Amino acid sequence: MSKTYYNPDDLRKFSKITEWSEELGEKFFDYYGKVFEEGALTAREKSLIALAVSHVVKCPYCIDAYTKDGLQRGINKEEMMEAVHVGAAIESGATLVHGVQMMNKYEKLSM
Amino acid sequence: MIKQSLHKRESILSKAEKQLEYLSNGVFKNGDLPSFKQKISETSQFPMRAKKLEILQLNLGYMCNQLCEHCHVDAGPDRKEIMTRETMLQCLKVIEKTGAHTLDLTGGAPEMNPNFRWFVEEASKAGIKDFIVRSNLTIIRANKKYNDLPMFFKKHNVHVVSSMPHWTKGKTDKQRGDGVFDQSIKALQDLNAIGYGMPESDLRLDLVHNPSGAFLPSDQLSLENEFKKSLLADFNIHFHNLFAITNLPISRFLDYLIVSDNYEDYMYALVDAFNPAAVANVMCTNTLSVSWDGWMYDCDFNQMLELKVNSKAKHIKDFNEETLRDREIVISQHCYGCTAGAGSSCQGSFS
Ligand code: SF4
Ligand code: SF4
Repeated sequence: MSKTYYNPDDLRKFSKITEWSEELGEKFFDYYGKVFEEGALTAREKSLIALAVSHVVKCPYCIDAYTKDGLQRGINKEEMMEAVHVGAAIESGATLVHGVQMMNKYEKLSM
Repeated sequence: MIKQSLHKRESILSKAEKQLEYLSNGVFKNGDLPSFKQKISETSQFPMRAKKLEILQLNLGYMCNQLCEHCHVDAGPDRKEIMTRETMLQCLKVIEKTGAHTLDLTGGAPEMNPNFRWFVEEASKAGIKDFIVRSNLTIIRANKKYNDLPMFFKKHNVHVVSSMPHWTKGKTDKQRGDGVFDQSIKALQDLNAIGYGMPESDLRLDLVHNPSGAFLPSDQLSLENEFKKSLLADFNIHFHNLFAITNLPISRFLDYLIVSDNYEDYMYALVDAFNPAAVANVMCTNTLSVSWDGWMYDCDFNQMLELKVNSKAKHIKDFNEETLRDREIVISQHCYGCTAGAGSSCQGSFS
């Protein structure tokens, strides 16, 4: 049998984390639920943000969950892929902007 | 895209008892998920019983010009089951005496029944308050002989309810077949042109949305807003309400779930979304569904699973409103589709 760290069925068991630490678990799920309610941002906008972040933190559970959530909300594949690019652009931008630090250091150390 | 109905392919799932067997085995048999009976018993809602009859739904036949992948009727051009004039006469007798306020004609494509127009003319004389025809839209454009259907509907003050999976072409055609989107748009424009669906109009035009895949529909109101905004901006189309309907795991949709390896996840999602408050309002509590051959069922879904009403009289010729009232509803695991989230039925989610 092949061994893997991730098992898709584990997503269904997410709520079980509360069993080992009830107070913290419940606080987390209350907070989580509240965050995704309609607010100044629509639930649809939040779903797209969540999808982008899921890719940036590279969580396969979140990617499964928010792809499905997006489908349920009628979000189409072009919108989903653009969201993923937003995440990727910020992530690569965050890497590249450190290039300035490298340049600064280089200049400082060079005669 | 599929080319034939399950029935024509002689697929094992074209047999109602095989579908029921499937829905009782696996995750339900091994106890991973509770059966629907167990679930509603937790909130003391078993057995479910029929209340006053309000909606009479007649299935005029399984023939359809389309062959949608998710179809719970397993309808298509290759289905020959059609309600005869004799059965229609039996139904008319019931329509004349029933206290139901809504008559709902469905199929397949009910318009393909050769006696459809005669039947609508006769039935409209009974003065039923809400007379619904479920029209798949493309039928109006399918053949010259159907082009005048919008005028015919208007003449008899028919309430048109039509399916539209998405406001974009790609998603619609994937679920319902190539060209369906363009034809549906033209049909909607035809209906709008004679007043159907216009903001102040009494000529009702509602749309039905089913998710195109193994997921549940989201909030009905926000979907309605998206549909309205896009159809108006892109095609200048108006309609009244959108009903968001959960696909029930039966017939072709069940087949799709199994083949695409989504069945278990989908059942988990349905059970997860179980809403005890939705149980009291499921459609079987005020509806009677009659098949093309005159048998009576608690709902259209039970009709497809061949689960006849639990009452002494099972055929429309023996219809008796008193004996049907309070009958115990026949249930199985497919019923989870009616109690997920806000709850849904052929009338859309309850708001
Ligand atoms: S139009 Fe309706 S009845 Fe016809 S195949 Fe599609 S879902 Fe089934
Ligand atoms: S599937 Fe039919 S019998 Fe079951 S809950 Fe829904 S309407 Fe009632």
